[in-house]
Amino acid sequence: MTVTEDAATTQVPGPEKEVGKARKRKEDARLITGRTTWTDNMVLPGMLHLSVVRSPVAHARITGVDVSAAKESPGVVTVLTGRDLAEEQGSIPCAWPVTPDMKNPGHPSIAVDRVNHVGEAVAVIVARSRTAAADAVELVDVDYDLLPPVLDMEEAVREGADLVHDDLGTNTSYHFVFDAGEAGTGGDTEQAFADADVVVSRRFVNQRLIPAFMEPRSVVVQPQGDNFTMWSATQIPHVLRVMLAMVTGIPEHKLRVVAPDVGGGFGGKLQVNPEEILALLIARRLGKPVKWTETRSESLMTAHHGRDQVQFIDVAADREGNVKGLRVRLLADMGAYLRLITPGVPALGAFMFPGIYKFPAYRFECDGVFTNKVPTDAYRGAGRPEATFAVERIMDELAVELGMDPLELRRRNWIQSQEFPFTTVAGLEYDSGDYDAATQQALDLLGYSELREEQRRRRESNDPVQLGIGFSTFTEMCGLAPSRVLGSLSYGAGGWESASIRMLPTGKVEVVTGSTPHGQGHETAWSQLVADSLGVPFEDVEVLHGDTAVAPRGMDTYGSRSLVVGGTAVIKAADKVVAKARKVAAHLLEASEDDLEFSGGKFSVRGTPGSGLSIQEIALAVFAAHDYPEDVEPTIDADATFDPVNFSFPHGTHVCAMEVDTDTGFVKIRKYACVDDVGTIVNPLIVEGQVHGGLAQGIAQALYEEAVYDADGNLTTGTFVDYLVPSAADLPHFDTGNTVHVAPGNPIGAKGVGEAGCIASTPAVVNAALDAVRHLGVSDIRMPLTPERVWRAIHQGGDGGDRATAGSNAYGGAQTETTAGVSTPQSALGGDR
Amino acid sequence: MIPAPFEYVRPTTVEEAVQAVAEGGEDVKVMAGGQSLIPVMRLRLAAPETIVDLGGIAELRGVREEGDHLVIGAMTTHAEVVTDPLIAQHARLIAEATETVADRQTRRRGTFGGALAHADPAGDLAAVALALDAEMVIAGPSGRRTVPAREFFVDYLTTSLEEGEILVEIRVPKLSGDWGVRYEKFNRVAQAWSIVAVAAAVRREDGHIAEARIGLTNMGPTPLRASATEAALAGAPATADAVASAARSAAEGTSPSSDLNAQADYREHLVQVLTRRAVTAAAGL
Ligand SMILES: Cc1cc2nc3c(=O)[nH]c(=O)nc-3n(C[C@H](O)[C@H](O)[C@H](O)COP(=O)(O)OP(=O)(O)OC[C@H]3O[C@@H](n4cnc5c(N)ncnc54)[C@H](O)[C@@H]3O)c2cc1C
Repeated sequence: MTVTEDAATTQVPGPEKEVGKARKRKEDARLITGRTTWTDNMVLPGMLHLSVVRSPVAHARITGVDVSAAKESPGVVTVLTGRDLAEEQGSIPCAWPVTPDMKNPGHPSIAVDRVNHVGEAVAVIVARSRTAAADAVELVDVDYDLLPPVLDMEEAVREGADLVHDDLGTNTSYHFVFDAGEAGTGGDTEQAFADADVVVSRRFVNQRLIPAFMEPRSVVVQPQGDNFTMWSATQIPHVLRVMLAMVTGIPEHKLRVVAPDVGGGFGGKLQVNPEEILALLIARRLGKPVKWTETRSESLMTAHHGRDQVQFIDVAADREGNVKGLRVRLLADMGAYLRLITPGVPALGAFMFPGIYKFPAYRFECDGVFTNKVPTDAYRGAGRPEATFAVERIMDELAVELGMDPLELRRRNWIQSQEFPFTTVAGLEYDSGDYDAATQQALDLLGYSELREEQRRRRESNDPVQLGIGFSTFTEMCGLAPSRVLGSLSYGAGGWESASIRMLPTGKVEVVTGSTPHGQGHETAWSQLVADSLGVPFEDVEVLHGDTAVAPRGMDTYGSRSLVVGGTAVIKAADKVVAKARKVAAHLLEASEDDLEFSGGKFSVRGTPGSGLSIQEIALAVFAAHDYPEDVEPTIDADATFDPVNFSFPHGTHVCAMEVDTDTGFVKIRKYACVDDVGTIVNPLIVEGQVHGGLAQGIAQALYEEAVYDADGNLTTGTFVDYLVPSAADLPHFDTGNTVHVAPGNPIGAKGVGEAGCIASTPAVVNAALDAVRHLGVSDIRMPLTPERVWRAIHQGGDGGDRATAGSNAYGGAQTETTAGVSTPQSALGGDR
Repeated sequence: MIPAPFEYVRPTTVEEAVQAVAEGGEDVKVMAGGQSLIPVMRLRLAAPETIVDLGGIAELRGVREEGDHLVIGAMTTHAEVVTDPLIAQHARLIAEATETVADRQTRRRGTFGGALAHADPAGDLAAVALALDAEMVIAGPSGRRTVPAREFFVDYLTTSLEEGEILVEIRVPKLSGDWGVRYEKFNRVAQAWSIVAVAAAVRREDGHIAEARIGLTNMGPTPLRASATEAALAGAPATADAVASAARSAAEGTSPSSDLNAQADYREHLVQVLTRRAVTAAAGL
């Protein structure tokens, strides 16, 4: 170790700040090329492969399962049925009992005597190769005694409806109520409505979506003595480990869970999957490593879905446009079972329906409803997109009713910048922001007045292509979550996050984070944070994550929490490292701690130019441990855990200009501008990327995506031919901007950006389309706005109606029966002449 | 997404291919670009015993002139069609439609012949072949025969190819005279198949429309010609009104299906709008 004698170096200012730099993501090369540790890339000696035989029917009693032919198939080791695993499989856990009397039928990983949705596992093939396992699937013969499928929520809650689970006696899992009057956060809602000049009521359908992450789910389990290591393409290795222990009874300390590089999730991998449980049980039973990787068909059909609410929303106002009350009743589709946070998703949304507006009264009621479909659960935004959609749509409807400009109505009712912190009618304390500033900037980005002028011209000339402009002025609760708040909502865990920093002898830094990334760029952002805090080069920081043996504590990644909560834990750990290093530096520099200043990664004695020790040098000194203060341990490593006191509240204004071809119903985004306030921006490139991706998904809900089931409960949109995920070619250029109001709740000042685009964009897009054709008598169009629906709404009235439930012609109509593992008589017909 | 086991043969001449098909057992399939066949095999909707891959047969690839015809080898890929100078000169409608097929990756593998033999009603090229009065040259155990496009497309995913036969090339009459063309495709996202599409070739003469050939995609189990519209346009003045009025009969004689993207009545409406647009553009109006 040499301490430079050159006086000039102490004068050199520290490295330029990393936070705020548009760094390219250091993890991308390996992620994009796929030359990395995707779970399916894992090969272990002697590894066996699993293929799951799945139910082709939505609701039935299983009267027999014949696996004899499958067992004879070449390469097959064994075939297991629900009966074989019934004693040990337990139930997929539900961590969020939103009401004390919530009905949970339990969720077997493999069906024993009943199936409740198409795609439910009924048998598992274990074979020496993946192909051998796939070949044997068709040889399993299952007899089903059909039961009527329950598919429509509004019918499911009627008296005398067929039941998904007879033993529950009802299809309603729970009835959750939040009433601001009762909670003391608002006035009496019924009174507010009784006294109102104007009431506008709507029924909106927030359709079922499929998360459609890029990397299919995959799991590998290796038994070693009485220990098990599971690699899984999961968002939540830490939560999964706890849950695996609770479900299977394998002690937690005998389980290690690794999420290697994970290719996307969007909430879809925030789950304890049946196949994870099955892989663990089978590895234990056979004492051999096993792997299961889903096919894309299985992924679309059996990984949990998102959204799926029927929303009844009423708004009360006076004639001047001051809102007086908000009332929301939801039917939320749970699907056939409750998975990890299935019931909590709509309940979380309860707090976001009031949006950015100062409603004096608010009541929310939600029925969680069982149907014979795959369960719903978290999907990018989880409850908040649904709420934002409803409130931003109804504000437009109210504006129409009042004959007011939709932006003027919003302005009149939103929280003013000087009113922060502001406690809403839902009891949340919004932290900071300026809705007016964001809106003004967004209008400028859009070129608002020219487009309004063009809209007028097109309307006057009766142009077949009409133009509309739609707004969404939104906020969301991020940084999930203050543990005490989660406790008050009966959630089964906390919302803290953990980090450790290890200073290696050569001065390099390992950062261990508990918030496991699955594509967000944590490695880059955390390196930027640490580079600034410790004054070390960005390149000298390595971020470790995802392995419970390496990163033992964590709550993982969802709810735009990673930077806000996980990043803060990293900063706090770094502060502790500096504090520990300060003691050592003082000792080595023979100075008092109080005389040391730390800047640019270096401790120096105030007023003594040329003196100093870098934190990297101190790392080597404590490693050698030849000379350190007597009363301290020879390490400057540190851990920190951060539990936020409040959520953070990003906000923004999204404006969409939409062209509607009234001849065909085709809608085309002409221009899209958004200004998001996500607090401090650590890496503008990552923020921009998150906004773009979020916009793509939110626009996709508005225009393209919908999980459609046919009358028998088959998923019609079972391939990407029929489930339309847009590509860059289908999306417009995005004009994005930011305002920055630092979040007061964390030292970074960040609010979270993972979900903003997805939450905000959907209503802006739908509002824009409606604005284009409202003068033609259209007041609602059901999502997604297929050209057919738009055309019908214009020419036949109504909201565009139901779509036909046959898949498209293309591919030879290969839609419903397209699932590996689902073999039906129809399978033989399709596809080929 | 793993196909059932199958035998694989890769002949290098048409004769060998015909032979291989004859010897391939009960359920033998020829494979061109595999872009339609492989997905249905991976989904196990098809489980052929033998695959005869045409990819090694050089003579099936490429475009040449034969008098007033272009001859397009069945194994010419979409990407080759899009950039071929002869097609650009004499059959631009094919290139225009092919550009709308799928995505770049698929266009590099998928073939003109494969698309026609597959006869997917939502596929784009069959309607174009029909509009241009193409002929299919077919090789089989008993030699070669030529079938006009009108007789080639028989039903949903069904052509007049008999068991053991292979489509070897497609003969397309060159368009001579003052022709304009347009492929008007309607779909929801860029890489998707047509919900409805209209292929139009229009010959103008002295301010009139002398002749119009209009092929319809996805308006029934097979590609169709919009005969009533063609008749109404023959000799009509080249005006927007005349085109609009002729386009109103574009749905006559069609039998579109109802699916996720469109119900039949909406397709019948769309085809009129798209025919109007395609003919208007092709006529240079
Ligand atoms: C993602 C995707 C998007 C697509 N989008 C479109 C689109 O927008 N529009 C469109 O038109 N198409 C689309 N396609 C289909 C594409 O054009 C295919 O290339 C085409 O349909 C089949 O051509 P192929 O060469 O791949 O044939 P293959 O898949 O190899 O064969 C298809 C069928 O034809 C038979 N066959 C092939 N060649 C011959 C021959 N010479 N003689 C006898 N039988 C033969 C095969 O046995 C098989 O039954 C898309 C495909 C994909 C994968």
